Amino acid sequence: MSDELVKVARAGKAYTRGKQKVSIFEGLDMRIEKGAFLAIMGPSGSGKTTLLNMLGGVDRPTSGEILFQGKRVDNLSESALAAFRAGHVGFIFQFYNLMPMLTAQQNVELPLLLTRLSKKQRRDRAAAALEIVGLSDRAKHKPAELSGGQQQRVAIARAIVSDPELILADEPTGDLDRETANEVLTVLQELNRLHGKTIVMVTHDAEAARYAKKTLHLDKGVFVEKGLNS
Amino acid sequence: MTSWGLIVKNLFRRKLRTFLTVFAIFIAFLIFGVLSAFQKTLTEPPQGPSATRLVVTNKVNFTQPLPISYVERVKAVKNAGIVSHMSWFGGYYQEPRNFVVSFGVDPETYVAIYSELALSDAEKQAFIKDRTGMLVGKKLADMYGWKVGDTVPLKSSIFRQKDGSDAWDFKVSGIFTNTEEENGDQYVVFHYDYFNESRSFGRDAIGQIVVQTRDPAQNDATAREIDEMFVNSGAETETRTEAAFAASFAAQLGDIGFIVTAVVGAAFVTILLIAGNTMMLTVRERTGEIAVLKTIGFTARRIFAMILTESFILALLGGLLGVGFAYVALGLLGGMGGGFLGAVKLTPSILITAFILMALLGFLTGFLPAWRAMRTDIITAFARK
Repeated sequence: MSDELVKVARAGKAYTRGKQKVSIFEGLDMRIEKGAFLAIMGPSGSGKTTLLNMLGGVDRPTSGEILFQGKRVDNLSESALAAFRAGHVGFIFQFYNLMPMLTAQQNVELPLLLTRLSKKQRRDRAAAALEIVGLSDRAKHKPAELSGGQQQRVAIARAIVSDPELILADEPTGDLDRETANEVLTVLQELNRLHGKTIVMVTHDAEAARYAKKTLHLDKGVFVEKGLNS
Repeated sequence: MTSWGLIVKNLFRRKLRTFLTVFAIFIAFLIFGVLSAFQKTLTEPPQGPSATRLVVTNKVNFTQPLPISYVERVKAVKNAGIVSHMSWFGGYYQEPRNFVVSFGVDPETYVAIYSELALSDAEKQAFIKDRTGMLVGKKLADMYGWKVGDTVPLKSSIFRQKDGSDAWDFKVSGIFTNTEEENGDQYVVFHYDYFNESRSFGRDAIGQIVVQTRDPAQNDATAREIDEMFVNSGAETETRTEAAFAASFAAQLGDIGFIVTAVVGAAFVTILLIAGNTMMLTVRERTGEIAVLKTIGFTARRIFAMILTESFILALLGGLLGVGFAYVALGLLGGMGGGFLGAVKLTPSILITAFILMALLGFLTGFLPAWRAMRTDIITAFARK
C-alpha cells in the first residue's frame, strides 16, 4: 500500500455532444506504484489522453475517484489543483510546448517561478535539470535554435525541475524521427531507473512502449490486455 | 528568470507591434498633455485678480470701448476710491509672432491701484513723469533683454499713428514682478495719453475702468450705482469685481475646453480600441502557451495578473513618454509667443489626471483579455492547437 502513488477507483468520464451523452470510460480502476514506468497504448479515441489528464489533475472524472498518495485530488478546487500539479506532476507534451521567447534555461525555470526558491537557486536547479537531459551547452539557446529532439529534452528538463513524484508524457516521441525518439526515450528510462521517477507515457508507438517497464492497452475505455516489457 | 522577466519577455516578443501600440498611446498622451495645459491656462481664471476691485466694461462686450469721460463720472460715485483705466493696445515686438500683452493706462492711478506690482518708488516716479515711459513685466524683460532706460519700439496689430506708422517708441521706466500671481508679470503698461494723442482712430475711447472702492463690503451697491448711471447712454456699462470679470473672460473661452475634451476623448477611444484589440490578439495567439502555464501549475489568478500587468506597462510606457514629450514641447513653446505661452505648462492636476487615465487605459484594455486568459480551459486550448 505504501508503494502506491496513484489510484484510479471506478473512474468514469463522459461528456455531452449536442443532446447525446458520450462515455469515454466507466468504472475504470488502475494503480500506479512509485517507480513505475508505464506505457499506455491504444487506438485514437480510446481515452488515453483523457486518462493522462485525469492522472495529472488537468481534467476531472465525472464519476469515481483519483487518489494521489492516498489523498483525493479530483475534488480539489481549481487553485488547489493548480498547486497539486505544480508540486507533484511534471508534464511532457508531444509538441514540446516551450515558450518561444525564452531560452532553454528560462523555459526550464518556469515551474520554479511558483516556488519560494531564490533566483540563484532557480538558476542552479534549471542548470542541473538541463545537465540531466544532456543539454547544458544549449542553455542559452531559444527553442527555434534547437532541434526537435533537443526541444523535447528541454521539455523533459522542465518537467523534472521541480522534482515531481509523477511524470506524465503524452506522445513524447510523436513528432520525432526514430533515432531522436530513442534518445528521448533513453532519457526517460534513465529518469526512471537512475532517479526513481514514476512515469506514465501515452504512445501509439510500440517501439517507444518497449522502453517502459509495463504496457497497458486501452480500448474503448477498457484495459484489454496487460503485458510486462521487462 | 523572474515573474517580471516573463511579463517583459511576453510584452516584447513582437517588438514592432508593441512599439506601434506604445506609439499610439504616446500620441494620445502627448495630445492630452499639450491641449490640457492650453485649456488650463486659457480657461482658468488667474489667481491674481482682486475680488474687491471693480471693473467697468461696455455692457455689450468687454472688447467694445467706453468714452473716457466715464472715468470722471465714476470718480464721483461715493464709494469710489482710486479710479483708473486701461486700454488694449494689441502690441507685438518686431514680429507679429512676438505677441506682447500691452495696455495704455493712466500711470498715477494705475501704480496706486496695482500695489501688488513690486516696483521701487524711483521706478514708479520715473514712469509717471516720462510720458513715453513703460513698465515691463520681468519675464518679458528677461525674454527680450530689455533693461531700464532702453527704448523699445512696440507695434500694434490694431492701431496706427496719424503719420501712418504702426510703431510707438517706449522707454523702459521700470521692471516689475507680481507678488500675488506667478505669471502676472508677462505684460507691459504705458501712458494712455501718449498713445491716445497719436493714434489715428478711436481717440478718447478706453477699454475698461478699474475702481478701488473705499468700502469693499459695499461693492455690489456701488456696481449697481455705476451701471445705473449709464443706463440708456450710448455705451451702457457692466460692473463686476475684477475676479468675476476674469472668470467671465475665461467663460468666453470655455468652448476651447469642449474642443480639448472632444479631441482628447476621440483620441482616447481610438487608442482604447487599438490597444484593446492588440491585447486581445496577443492573448488569443498565446492561448496554447497559457494552457501550458496552467498545466504546469500557474493559477488562473496569476495568469490574470500577468496579462493585466502587461496592459498596464504598455499604458504607462506610452503615457509617460507622451506626458514627458508634452512637457518638453511646452517648454520649447514657452520660449516663443512673446511670453504669452510661458504660462502654458503641465500642472500637478494635469499630471494626476494623466496618471489616472493611464491606469484606466491599462485596466480597460487589459481586463477582457486577462479575463479570457484566466478562463482558458486547458483541455479545450490543447484540442484547438
